[in-house]
Amino acid sequence: MVRQFNGVMKAAAFVLVLFLLIPLTGWSKEAVPVAENPEVEKRMLLLTENLRCLVCQNETIADSRADFSNDIRREIREQIKANKTDPEIIQFLVDRYGDFVLYDPPIKPTTFLLWFGPVILFVLGLGSLIVYLRRRRLQIEDVSLSQAQLEEAEALLNEDKKGKNV
Amino acid sequence: MMRYLLPLFAFMVLAAFLLVGLTLNPRQVPSPLIDKPAPKFQLNHLHQPDQIMSSDENLGKVWMLNVWASWCVACRDEHPLLVQLARTGIVPIYGLNYKDERNTALQWLKRYGDPYAISIVDSDGKVGIDYGVYGVPETYVIDKKGIIRHKQIGPVTVDSLEKTIIPLIKELQQQA
Repeated sequence: MVRQFNGVMKAAAFVLVLFLLIPLTGWSKEAVPVAENPEVEKRMLLLTENLRCLVCQNETIADSRADFSNDIRREIREQIKANKTDPEIIQFLVDRYGDFVLYDPPIKPTTFLLWFGPVILFVLGLGSLIVYLRRRRLQIEDVSLSQAQLEEAEALLNEDKKGKNV
Repeated sequence: MMRYLLPLFAFMVLAAFLLVGLTLNPRQVPSPLIDKPAPKFQLNHLHQPDQIMSSDENLGKVWMLNVWASWCVACRDEHPLLVQLARTGIVPIYGLNYKDERNTALQWLKRYGDPYAISIVDSDGKVGIDYGVYGVPETYVIDKKGIIRHKQIGPVTVDSLEKTIIPLIKELQQQA
């Protein structure tokens, strides 16, 4: 009885060892491409990297997983497949969502302050710094010492030297 | 004296700018569609899916387009107001059921009331993109010539209805 049981165990162990020989890698498949058309996907990504997701305003549409961004990405894919040019696609989105979708807003009167504000601030700051420094220089009088004062200073310095030598 | 007052003055200007900045809502992105023709659409009715509504049907009257969905929590907040507004008969409200499931949408209308003259279905959000929808609910006021005159982003409130939307609608209705 016991011997028979041992036999079964041995057979089971043998089968188990056989299982180890099954090449596991053989089961995995080649990675499926994320998009059906990698070229469309590449162009879509390039475009969406410069577009703002309006729902999550600090993310680009390329990065965002929001429903809104999914829809815009799908829309852009469709338009690329319909042979629209990049400027046409951008214009399509600006017509609907305004310049705010662009991370690179166009230069026009309403965005002058946005584009040139920092430069103006810098020039103002630099100007006031220069004026301030000039004024300060004028305030410092040219101090010239009298003969007596010079002698006194020299005496003090010599005293110091003597002190060190001791 | 001046050299002490100047930094104080500069600080006050800065503080004023920051204070104003705090009261602005970055979610309110001005729509480029204001005063532009409302995008045209042809969409199936929600209740009778075999019927199609075209946006041109509303030429000649002032109407409201309310974008909503059963999954949208804020829509529930504004909904009683829309039901009330519909009862007054001031303006017909058309509901754009945005990226929703038909059955849940119908149940939602049954439960919370149906203020819409006609409900239309935008299941894949295409018309939503045309209208620049990015945060449901959104409400558009469209005039007799089919021009968008106002866009409310987020739920309508008593305040926005009384101060902006209803006066605007009355004014638009006076126009030929």
